[in-house]
Amino acid sequence: MDSIAIEMLGITKTFPGVVANDHVDLSVRENEVHALLGENGAGKSTLMSILFGSYDPDEGTIKIRGKEVKIKDPNAATALGIGMVHQHFKLVNNYTVTENIVLGIESRDRFGMLDLKTAEKRVAEISERYGLSVNPRDKIEDISVGMQQRVEILKTLYRNADILILDEPSAVLTPQEIDELMDIIRRLKQEGKTIILITHKLKEIKAVAERCTVLRRGKYIGTVNVSDVSEEEMAEMMVGRSIKFEIDKEPAKPGDVILKIENLNVRTARGVHGVRNLSIDVRSGEIVGIAGVDGNGQTELIYAITGLARAESGTITVNGKDVTRMNVKERIVAGIGHVPEDRHRHGLVLDFTVGENFALKSYDRAPFSSSFGVLDSGAIASHATDLISEYDIRAGEGASMKARNMSGGNQQKVIIAREIDLSPDLLVVAQPTRGLDVGAIEYIRKRIVAERDKGRAVLLVSFELDEIMNLCDRIAIISKGEIVGTFNEGEVDEQQIGFMMAGSKKETVLKERS
Amino acid sequence: MMAETSKKRTLRELLLTSDAAISVMVVLLGFICGTVLIVCVGRNPVGMYKAILQVLTGFNIDRHRFYIRYVGEWLATSMPFILCGLSMAFAARSGLFNIGGEGQYVVGMTVAQIFALLGPQVSVLHWILALVLAMVGGACWGGIVGWLKARFEVSEVVATIMLNYIALYGSRILIMGLPGTNTYKTPDFPETAILKSQFLAKLTQGSMLNYGIIFVILSVIAYWFIMEKTRLGFGLRATGFNKDAARASGIPVVRSIVLSMAIAGAFAGLGGGIVALGSFRYGRVLAGNDGYGFAGIAVALVGNNTAVGTLLAGLLFGMLSSAQPLMESNRIPKEITFIIQGLVVVFIAIRVGFRIFIRYSMKKKAQREAVSNG
Repeated sequence: MDSIAIEMLGITKTFPGVVANDHVDLSVRENEVHALLGENGAGKSTLMSILFGSYDPDEGTIKIRGKEVKIKDPNAATALGIGMVHQHFKLVNNYTVTENIVLGIESRDRFGMLDLKTAEKRVAEISERYGLSVNPRDKIEDISVGMQQRVEILKTLYRNADILILDEPSAVLTPQEIDELMDIIRRLKQEGKTIILITHKLKEIKAVAERCTVLRRGKYIGTVNVSDVSEEEMAEMMVGRSIKFEIDKEPAKPGDVILKIENLNVRTARGVHGVRNLSIDVRSGEIVGIAGVDGNGQTELIYAITGLARAESGTITVNGKDVTRMNVKERIVAGIGHVPEDRHRHGLVLDFTVGENFALKSYDRAPFSSSFGVLDSGAIASHATDLISEYDIRAGEGASMKARNMSGGNQQKVIIAREIDLSPDLLVVAQPTRGLDVGAIEYIRKRIVAERDKGRAVLLVSFELDEIMNLCDRIAIISKGEIVGTFNEGEVDEQQIGFMMAGSKKETVLKERS
Repeated sequence: MMAETSKKRTLRELLLTSDAAISVMVVLLGFICGTVLIVCVGRNPVGMYKAILQVLTGFNIDRHRFYIRYVGEWLATSMPFILCGLSMAFAARSGLFNIGGEGQYVVGMTVAQIFALLGPQVSVLHWILALVLAMVGGACWGGIVGWLKARFEVSEVVATIMLNYIALYGSRILIMGLPGTNTYKTPDFPETAILKSQFLAKLTQGSMLNYGIIFVILSVIAYWFIMEKTRLGFGLRATGFNKDAARASGIPVVRSIVLSMAIAGAFAGLGGGIVALGSFRYGRVLAGNDGYGFAGIAVALVGNNTAVGTLLAGLLFGMLSSAQPLMESNRIPKEITFIIQGLVVVFIAIRVGFRIFIRYSMKKKAQREAVSNG
């Protein structure tokens, strides 16, 4: 039972300018679920890429079941029984599940023709054995993200992997799908597989892993038995200092209604209904959260408020002013700040400097621009220097650093700083902490609460329920473009919200509770 | 030894980070290939460099004499290359691909020719107005494309290519309709419409260099100023880098697209006007494209879409073009210059691939060093 499946000793890997792994050790026992914990950039993915043969280590040895091996490419890793499920799936959208699974190792019948029938049968068998309930004939584009992930898992099993590496598998899943994934991981273990789970979510580690190895800035920090340590202790190992998960906040003191949405309808880009008859109010001094599974109209709602998409019908008023027909610029002037969901697409011009990104929404007025339309680069730079120090943004080259060369956390801080600096009455915040490390998450959440305390109205959209529960004074649950229920903080628990996210009505959920 | 390796590394890093360094290297590479080619066809490559030296400085090595006229010709030849380069570059900085430089150039040329023949013959004012109208013509021609793209999402690539044909044949019809025009030329322009500068011609021993050069210099400065220093340029650059972020930040993307194409068209139109009134004494009925508009694409590529870069790249293309007759007399086939131009463009286009190669070799080197140190 206690035999060692994988041993990586003294692994070092440098890239020009960074040491991604600095003498890292990892020892995974046969048939255990082993978590690999660390912040973004801690070196988890590099270490696993080395194990999977995508990178050569500069130093160190790898032993698989006690035998020293050189893994020179992913095919060698596959031959050793190692399979990897990447964070970004590598699937062909218009192929079926089976076609995707056999891609690269297609079996042929005696006439040299593709033999999908046998493959299909085997896929169905494996799917059943591990409780994956995947239909081998479905097309990838027709199935949910959670299903697609199972197809990736199936792909490794089909190639006879007994060591599975799962890279941040829960990042794209809903709470219910995450629960199902945890069941699948347990089932895989039951069936004798060894699993390495790369994650920065402590809850999941607590739920399924037996041991956990922590990396920090490329260095090996330690390996612990999950049952012996608390979440807080693991977080401290990961970050290097103690971390608060709960944000301290005073009860909200809501004032006047700032944002008023009435009977809003928005179509998606494909012409389908995105938002249906949605009405909601946000008052000054409160944070209202929109909880829901990705793709239930949140994006359309935000686009309609900020002016990126047109409302089909209904009205949106900010501070009593009807903004429904205004363009983006007019809405910014009317007092709408926007921290967009896709920060690289809508939030930043990556090839602009930090200074230019700070000025992105106000470059056309004083002090950045004279009445003749000439820019004052001095004013832009000094404004940037102020914000950089005020928001503790790590920009090595200061105001003239390109946004592209900054870390994700600092990029997000640039956006937050810009939006808060414009002092909007209404701050629309979408997915503010996705993909950020713990330190940045803590900082950004505190800033959002601080804005509330200044009397701003905050509308927060997040797919992470924790974030919603943690930050919001009121929670509205959205499903299929409709608000299915609105609650004050503390009125409902995570599970009830989960059911409503899946489409159950408020009344039914509350009835079950009583 | 140590010093040498560290220097080598900085050169590599320079090539990775600086587009200008890549451009210089690419041009050198183009000349090296050209030189090898001349050797391959059995001629002496020194002839090419002699010709280039004479174009750049006017100095003829064989006769030990300065012929400053060649410098004047070089600058005159470079003008349309620079302006069409600016046209392409301006659009590119705003995220648009302006293949319509040729059409905008032709429209500018046509407008200038018509105004030269029919406009009021007031000295100085005549040609200045003609050039201004050429710019307006080019700006309209470009602006149409911008409007089509912003309003109806018509691809600017397709629209500009089609408008190139309309410009060429429209120009033929209009010019042939002028009184006294035969199948290939109009009557001579009045003196007041001609760009010729006594002063500049005297300075350069009677070259074709004319007042157009002032407009070219002003254009380069205007390009730099608008792009880097104004509110308009900020919005254009933001739109060029990331249209979605620009839109989400309230930057008027539609206006940016129309304006950008119009300004790009104005540069090319000015180029057409300068060639019409500076290089010819009569209006031409175009039989085919002059090709400056297309060469402008290459000029902008080599110049990395910056003002100074485009100026230098335009001078390079002008130099190659005006070196041709001298090369012929040195028994070097003039086609070599086209090959060099082509190679430079190809090398620039594979810049991305080149960078990947450098990164890869740096990585390998870092790995080797890590292993040998450990």
